[in-house]
Amino acid sequence: MWENIQYFFSFQDTNILYVSLGTIILGSSAAVVGSFTFLRKRALIGDAIAHAILPGICIAFLLSGTKNYVFLILGAFISGWISIILVDYISKNSKIKEDTAIGLILSVFFGFGILLLTYIQQSGNAAQTGLDSFLFGKAASMVLQDVIVFSVISILLIITVTLFYKELQLISFDEAFAQSMGLPVKGLVFMLSSLTVLAVVTGIQAVGVVLMAALLITPTAAAKYWSGYLPRILLLAAVIGGFSGFSGAFISYIAPNMPTGPWVVMVLSAIAFISILFAPRKGIVAKWLKQIHHRHRIQDENIIKTFFQIAEEEESFGEPKTIALIREKRYYSYKLIRRILKRLKRHGYLVENKAGYYLTPFGQRKAARLVKLHRLWELYLTEYLRIAPDHVHEDADTIEHLITPELEKRLEEKLGYPAVDPHNSKIPYE
Amino acid sequence: MIQQVENPIIEIHDLSVSYEKKPVLWDVDLTLPAGKLIGIIGPNGAGKSTLLKAVMGLLPLSSGYINILDKPLKEVRDKISYVPQRESVDWDFPTSVYDVVMMGRYGQLGLLKRPKKSDKEIVMDSLSKVGMEGFKDRQISQLSGGQQQRVFLARALAQQADIYFMDEPFAGVDAATEKAIVELLRQMSKEKKTVIVVHHDLQSVARYFDWIILLNMRLVASGPIEEAFTPELLQETYGGKLTLLTEISDLIQKNRFPNRE
Repeated sequence: MWENIQYFFSFQDTNILYVSLGTIILGSSAAVVGSFTFLRKRALIGDAIAHAILPGICIAFLLSGTKNYVFLILGAFISGWISIILVDYISKNSKIKEDTAIGLILSVFFGFGILLLTYIQQSGNAAQTGLDSFLFGKAASMVLQDVIVFSVISILLIITVTLFYKELQLISFDEAFAQSMGLPVKGLVFMLSSLTVLAVVTGIQAVGVVLMAALLITPTAAAKYWSGYLPRILLLAAVIGGFSGFSGAFISYIAPNMPTGPWVVMVLSAIAFISILFAPRKGIVAKWLKQIHHRHRIQDENIIKTFFQIAEEEESFGEPKTIALIREKRYYSYKLIRRILKRLKRHGYLVENKAGYYLTPFGQRKAARLVKLHRLWELYLTEYLRIAPDHVHEDADTIEHLITPELEKRLEEKLGYPAVDPHNSKIPYE
Repeated sequence: MIQQVENPIIEIHDLSVSYEKKPVLWDVDLTLPAGKLIGIIGPNGAGKSTLLKAVMGLLPLSSGYINILDKPLKEVRDKISYVPQRESVDWDFPTSVYDVVMMGRYGQLGLLKRPKKSDKEIVMDSLSKVGMEGFKDRQISQLSGGQQQRVFLARALAQQADIYFMDEPFAGVDAATEKAIVELLRQMSKEKKTVIVVHHDLQSVARYFDWIILLNMRLVASGPIEEAFTPELLQETYGGKLTLLTEISDLIQKNRFPNRE
């Protein structure tokens, strides 16, 4: 195993080098072409095409009697296209919706393809060996000639997408607008579909028809987590696609009995999974951390406010307060209150001495601001939304944590710096 | 009250349109004057957007024809500009405000060409006209509804057309945006542009438009605001659909019957 890996990365075997390069290029091109079907919300059509090219390959093989790629690609291209046209026709001219039509066409074509494949394998034709690797892929079985053919097609695909980038972007975002200014939308859609068929055809030997859709869709799905800007997403998707393609080639050499497609998909899915979890801002963990942060902030601000409220009632500003006193106003558990007080101390809002806790001048300003926002919002609700004064407290309790300095200023101006809130409590200004 | 005009900028002749075999517009026949602010008014489902899309060639016609500036649509594509309904696109699409407005230049640019310096200037100028120049690098997913609408308007301005078609530009926007749009429309009108707006808020019709088209599956009125915006005509437009017409439409769809021989 270890020797295999060393041998692989030494690239002494030129075939390993070519196959590696080839799978990187075809992985990237499939990802780039696939990103536009993804953005057009037609990700499933890639899956239909991938399955639908199998009968085309088999028929081409039966007619030509060889595994010559020119024939096989032609066959794949034709049956791939027939499947797109049928899906389109069915969803336009019958009650069947597009997703159902895709499911129907996909299974019919794939089933027919498997029938033909079984027939070919049992016919005893010597040339058929390796045809079954089209199902799940076998990168290592590519010979130099295959690699050249597929790489050339892949590079052409990337060049075409780059040339037509602005048009493809437009028809993915707003097709009606593109049509309104006279762009050849139908032609562009036809071109994109053809590119997709070609991307699928080049991927079959490395990934196989069954799992090819993953290489079209998953890189973009993952890349979208890391950027919100299309050129960057395309670049990232290309890198992810290329890397997964390469890992397929790698697996193929160190574990010769393994089909590569499933491994490519495993690598892709791991990348997607990591993106969904850990991407900054959009990832689940980032969102979760943000929620925790918000919760802490609300708890902290509530306790700061409590200091002010107690001091207001007892006219004891600047005097220390005990935890028991705080809990009378704000019933948090001891454990939670200690945690919050610790945080507040760390941030410089609080100081602790033997008699208890008291606010620093910084903490006092913060407390006064929170109370002010709470009372201003209550006043706004009663005056502008005509809500009864005894119904506004809960709402203000939430909003007070949210109001930005800009909104604060507008609120003050709109209400004309009022002296008291609807309950006649004094509004503290600095 | 259907007033025809001499030298119309748009001539719609006997237009009928169907959606999935169901007729939604019947024999609309009208002419529109140049340089006016024109409102298309009618209840929900009256076919306002359909009329707009049909004129722009986005829908197949069941019958009739449309001439713009006395020519078929194909020859005057670069003279017209379109603002689709805001909800018609996915605002989560990964692109920037600047890139969306640049799309307005693609028609003039043509295939395979990259934007030139002059295109970039036009884009920035259009953005400043709608007060969005500060947002040029913002991702469109971060915009508010009103800002989205302004971006769409800026994109249309970047087309530098003579005739503008706007589908519900006032729908769901904030007060500031509404005011900005109205000012923009007035400005365009001063520059002798023709602007055709699908609109559903009856209260503001008289303030915004010079000319209105009243529509409810068929043309009820087309004329200057003083003559066409009357209680009787509004009653005719909004006073319920013509039941017989609706039933015939349903029948045609059910039987997949051609509505022209």
